[in-house]
Amino acid sequence: MKSKIFFAACSISAVIAFCSLAALMFFILKNGLSVISWEFITQVPRQGMTAGGIAPAIIGSFYLSVFTILFSLPLGLSCAIYLNEYSPKGYIADLIKMGINNLAGVPSVVFGLFGLAVFVKFFGFGISILSGSLTLSILVLPSIIASSQEALSAVPASLREASLALGAGTWQTIRKTVLPAALPGILTGIILSIGRAAGETAPIIFTAAVFYKRGYPTGIMSEVMALPYHIYALMSEGTDPEKQTAIAYGCALILLLLTALLTSLAVIIRNKNQNAIRN
Amino acid sequence: MKKKVLVSLIAATAIFTTAIQSFATVIAEGSTTVLPFAQKAAESLMDSNPKIDISIRGGGSGVGINSLISKRCDIAMASRSIKESEKSDAKKNKVSPVVYVIAMDAISIIVHPKNKIDALTKEQIRDIFSGKITNWKELGGADKKIVIVSRDGASGTFETFNELALNGQKLSKNALMQTSNQAVSQIISSSEGAIGYVGLGYVSGRVKAVKVNNIAPSPETVLNKTYPFSRELYFYTDGAAKNEAKEYIDFVLSAAGQKIAASLGFVPVIVKK
Amino acid sequence: MNKEKAIKALLTGAAFAGFIFLIGIFITLFAGSWTAIKNINQMHFIFGLEWMPYYEPPEYGILSMFISSALIGFCSSLICIPLGLGTAIYMYEIAGRKQKKFLKPALEILAGIPSIIFGFFAMAVLGPFLQNLFDLPSGLCILTASIALGIMTVPLISSISEDALSVVPISFKEASFALGANRCQTLIRVVIPAAASGIITSIILAFGRIVGETMIVLMASGGAIAVPNSPFAPARPLTSTIAAEMGEAAYGSLHFSALFEIGLFLFALTFILNFAAEKVGKKYRLKLGQGR
Repeated sequence: MKSKIFFAACSISAVIAFCSLAALMFFILKNGLSVISWEFITQVPRQGMTAGGIAPAIIGSFYLSVFTILFSLPLGLSCAIYLNEYSPKGYIADLIKMGINNLAGVPSVVFGLFGLAVFVKFFGFGISILSGSLTLSILVLPSIIASSQEALSAVPASLREASLALGAGTWQTIRKTVLPAALPGILTGIILSIGRAAGETAPIIFTAAVFYKRGYPTGIMSEVMALPYHIYALMSEGTDPEKQTAIAYGCALILLLLTALLTSLAVIIRNKNQNAIRN
Repeated sequence: MKKKVLVSLIAATAIFTTAIQSFATVIAEGSTTVLPFAQKAAESLMDSNPKIDISIRGGGSGVGINSLISKRCDIAMASRSIKESEKSDAKKNKVSPVVYVIAMDAISIIVHPKNKIDALTKEQIRDIFSGKITNWKELGGADKKIVIVSRDGASGTFETFNELALNGQKLSKNALMQTSNQAVSQIISSSEGAIGYVGLGYVSGRVKAVKVNNIAPSPETVLNKTYPFSRELYFYTDGAAKNEAKEYIDFVLSAAGQKIAASLGFVPVIVKK
Repeated sequence: MNKEKAIKALLTGAAFAGFIFLIGIFITLFAGSWTAIKNINQMHFIFGLEWMPYYEPPEYGILSMFISSALIGFCSSLICIPLGLGTAIYMYEIAGRKQKKFLKPALEILAGIPSIIFGFFAMAVLGPFLQNLFDLPSGLCILTASIALGIMTVPLISSISEDALSVVPISFKEASFALGANRCQTLIRVVIPAAASGIITSIILAFGRIVGETMIVLMASGGAIAVPNSPFAPARPLTSTIAAEMGEAAYGSLHFSALFEIGLFLFALTFILNFAAEKVGKKYRLKLGQGR
């Protein structure tokens, strides 16, 4: 009897959890779908942000994500390679891991402060794609490292031993043997990080995002509109909340679809890869 | 393989960034009060002249002026005039701020339409918002608790209200802080004891604007400066505006630009030649 | 051989990046806070209830924000811990293999939803709904923000907890069954205690996430500076104060510096939480004989 109640409670909480998340998706889908059209994705905002599309925000988020990965991947991958291939244990590895774990827990608004003080002001990059994506790249660094390391450690030791036995050096082995085998796993991490970078708001408020801009970015020093910030701006500024909320729904739906798509892609790649390793 | 991907990615972005025709960009930064007006005006101007690119950032008056002083923006939007300390900072950086009055803004004190009170004095308003008067009956109204609704501390409207109405008194800590003018009027229209303040343009039929010192807020009383809670909105540039920035400011001050201001609830300024 | 060494050196340098950034963040925050630390009585800063940077003279006290953060953290935990653990146990014990194959990735996708979407949902849907339901003066309050935060962190708790449950060696279970315990007893007495530190880690991490989350509270918690006295009161936690006021504070001013000091406090808070999570997590690996 007792056990029945316990299991029922667990089932109910699972149902509540999934239902509330489903409700969130439902409301955004329901209200967002009526707003979204080809024009919505390709046009600029019009009539004081109460009509038109969100193209500059989509492009801005694209730029931010791409540059974020460009900055964080080399660093993150190197760190993962070091931890997995060169020094998996010991005092130094512990220190590095401690750093990464704690970095992962730092609130995103604190990254925003850091980006503002260091990139925007100290280095004088100003409010720009450069400042924003550098800030975001530090934010996604832990997850790039974690997923890359996981991918590397899933590569069977026999592969390495075979390569080393053939006389290849450590780095040669890593580059020619280990990295190609770990590529799908690393790719998973990259995709997840793109989603993360595209969805973060707090770090870009002070470092990259503007309220309104029509032209495309002219370079890495341009400031941009970004999807998540646009949602916030629509909900907090401006003079016509009703029309703006409708557009914000559209924006939220695009962002939701984008991140869901990216995560699904990552999950699919990972599952395929896991099966491949198992077989 | 990975290298190839990386190289092509870099190449693609490089092409992407350079291929796009470069625009003459004007960056306007500052007061959130001015934001909607600046944005809509920029939009209209860019429609008629696609060669101009204007970026609008919020932040606040202080941030805008600070950016102008350190030459990070072309136009500082402000809902207050430049401070002496900022002027001397500007001098140090060889920036000479030039001011443009772009519109007038007034704050309306609003209550529920059923509230019997029609007029309040400045002192009464100060006492209500600082929490000294807590019931409408103290003012001759119904026996109802006063619910204070305020804008978020970060908003330009709050800043102005604080300066014009509170005179150094602190806002009651029980005030409900709302992030938009719309949210303020929505609460007031649904709660009989509520009082709040919004920009002149946000007064709708759902709420009642009270007279202040017996003067009703209207474009006329704002322009002749008899209504106490009003202020000018400014653009600041480094030296007289040139090129695209000048074109933008000219447009803002044109009849078409001032019409936009009026449509957003600001009071147009008479265009000075 | 030299090339090998050079590459190793390069990689070693890169490996420290995370650590260096962490220190860099701390130094930046500390340097940014310096003006505030010097000019504001720190007792007032930490224990002061008044946060009035716009007044002359300004007051900088963060206690009411701290209380708001704690209260929101508490209310969200009441939502995400039971739901998260329930979901984890459901997936581990009740759901069939087929269901699990679908639920696990679904949970991952849900975990990837950006927080701004939860904030938007809270502001546009949940707030008005709760306002009508409880007849509140405003729908933007602690409850609204807590529900959004609670829902957001359910996937985090349930996926980590489920992982923790599923690495408990099957022999533990078999031994329990052999002693005549039923499924429920085995779960509560054997499997959950064995996975306890993993579960606790997930809860600590979720709590850190809630306390550090900015956009949801900025949009949905109402933003009043007063100390909240009920779940229906509006509140303003630490994170949203930084985000809301950073744009207004002039660079280099005392207000600007005070916001950095709030950042420093947040940083310290999450650092402690992470440290705790890591310690607990390590213990859990040791417990299952997997520690090193």
